[in-house]
Amino acid sequence: MAHGPSSSFKNPVVNWLDQRLPIFTMIQKEYGVFPTPRNFNYFWNFGAIAMIMLVTMIVSGIVLAMHYTPNTNLAFNSVERIMRDVNFGWLIRYIHMNGASFFFIAVYIHIFRGLYYGSYKKPRELLWMIGVVIFLLMMATAFMGYVLPWGQMSFWGATVITNLFSALPLVGQDIVTLLWGGFSVDNPTLNRFFALHYLLPFVIAAVVFLHVAALHVTGSNNPLGVEPKGPQDTLPFHPYYTVKDSFGTVVYLAIFAAFVFYAPNFFGEPDNYIQANPMVTPPHIVPEWYFLPYYAILRSITFDISIPFTGLKLIEAKLGGVIAMFGSIAILFILPWLDTSPVRSARFRPIFKKGILAFLVAFFLLMYVGAQTADAAWHLGGLEIPLVYVGQFATLVYFGFFLSLPFVGLIEKPLPLPASIAKPVLGGGATAAGAAAKPMEKA
Amino acid sequence: MADTTQTAGHGPGSGSHSGGDPTRRDFIYLAAAATGVVGAAVTAWPFIDSLNPAADTLALASTDVDLAPVQVGQSITVTWRGKPVFIRHRTPEEIKSAVDVNVSELRDPQTDAARAKKPEWLIVVGICTHLGCIPLGQKNSDPRGEYGGWFCPCHGSVYDTSGRIRKGPAPRNLEVPSYAFKTDTSIRIG
Repeated sequence: MAHGPSSSFKNPVVNWLDQRLPIFTMIQKEYGVFPTPRNFNYFWNFGAIAMIMLVTMIVSGIVLAMHYTPNTNLAFNSVERIMRDVNFGWLIRYIHMNGASFFFIAVYIHIFRGLYYGSYKKPRELLWMIGVVIFLLMMATAFMGYVLPWGQMSFWGATVITNLFSALPLVGQDIVTLLWGGFSVDNPTLNRFFALHYLLPFVIAAVVFLHVAALHVTGSNNPLGVEPKGPQDTLPFHPYYTVKDSFGTVVYLAIFAAFVFYAPNFFGEPDNYIQANPMVTPPHIVPEWYFLPYYAILRSITFDISIPFTGLKLIEAKLGGVIAMFGSIAILFILPWLDTSPVRSARFRPIFKKGILAFLVAFFLLMYVGAQTADAAWHLGGLEIPLVYVGQFATLVYFGFFLSLPFVGLIEKPLPLPASIAKPVLGGGATAAGAAAKPMEKA
Repeated sequence: MADTTQTAGHGPGSGSHSGGDPTRRDFIYLAAAATGVVGAAVTAWPFIDSLNPAADTLALASTDVDLAPVQVGQSITVTWRGKPVFIRHRTPEEIKSAVDVNVSELRDPQTDAARAKKPEWLIVVGICTHLGCIPLGQKNSDPRGEYGGWFCPCHGSVYDTSGRIRKGPAPRNLEVPSYAFKTDTSIRIG
């Protein structure tokens, strides 16, 4: 592996290029010898996997855009034409459809890994916040993409979500009209959603670049949550993690392929194969699965928030739901400052560990509730529990997890931390086995 | 002006401009920044406003409806601005139940007279004020909720025979579009 003074590559063409634009030196530094904690588990694959999914979505999306027509009279049929007539159109569309789901699966695991192992803590706060921005951009992109086939769920999903903004006081209705470009979701809406759906993935790619750049300033967190203390704690990124990431990616793509080929509509809604009809609302509107938890939070706020005993209404239920839904993501931005514990990894945090598992259960519970009808209920024996209560309870746990973190940090007694990464790995000898680790300075 | 102002970081200026007093340069900075902000806003506005409804969209903003064939107790749905408008030829019982309501108990207090120009014709935009679904109740076989008006299947809002919100999450009554009776049996919406 060549490293040393810049531009001493064997290949003269590479050398010539590198002296003028040191791109090979940069690749070598950031992806060749880049010192990476030696103790990654497979959770650390999901950043790379998400990156592969982004590329998959952009490539399949560009090809689809060449066959798609963003017009309310033609959109639905142009998608059907892609499915039936365009060579391999069915494959590319199913890749794009399921790719969205698998992009979200990867990103959800990636975010959960960051939560569990405390990757959001100093000095990685900005890295984390950039990640939340990527997540928000992904949600906007996915939402607008789902509108494009112009099926019933496309139309009514767009109607319900854009109407959320009408809950804003004073300017709400004007904002909704501005979003629509008319008086309902219609052709102008479809056109602009297509334009933005094409644009935003490239914005995501740019923000991912910032995310990775910030990562390469602080270096990666690791399952122990203790910083590498020297070369004995790290491995060069290549070949160790290029191989590990490649292996994880291949396994992930195999599962992805299984869905594309054998259950391509597993994540979809049958109603979206009915052309949009502004005069008929489907009996049961559900968003795509990756939005269900937030949809459940939205529907959980069924009560007005007023000042007790005065009857003064501060926030009506509709606005309250919208605030709670956006708040459930926005709270991630301040998470680095909510968590007062200096210990990163949940492995050493007994109370936090229970809390985050409760949070995970609440998240899946919300996902379940969001998929049910508004008036659904559980029947346990003779007892009837309306699901809206289940959703409200899970919403409480969701926010309770974040809002309790300042106190958890104060009362929790963490388990003893290992002195370094190498120590628990090798059961002693912090200086041993530098064999793979190149000498390099890294804090 | 005769007095010269010091450039930033250049020793003390004339006495009147020392300390935190605003200098002419500060003023120029502020004026330049303010002009820049105004310029940016003026430049941005055409792009933002281009997303608002276009002239042809606005031109389709009115719809004429002939009410003659609509029987008592029957409802029809017409399209206006891409939205469904519910027109119900109300029965005397429906009118009575809409009028006999203690308005102060309503979430969005409105009398029936304020919502229907002629009591036998109720004309409302058929879009739930919660999140924009279309309520059921146009057909006699539809569920109409316990107040005999409309029921929104999405999140369970219930409207009465005047299209007023009575139960569920919706904040407001069904919107009454602007309309005028051209003759006794025909209207123009919009």
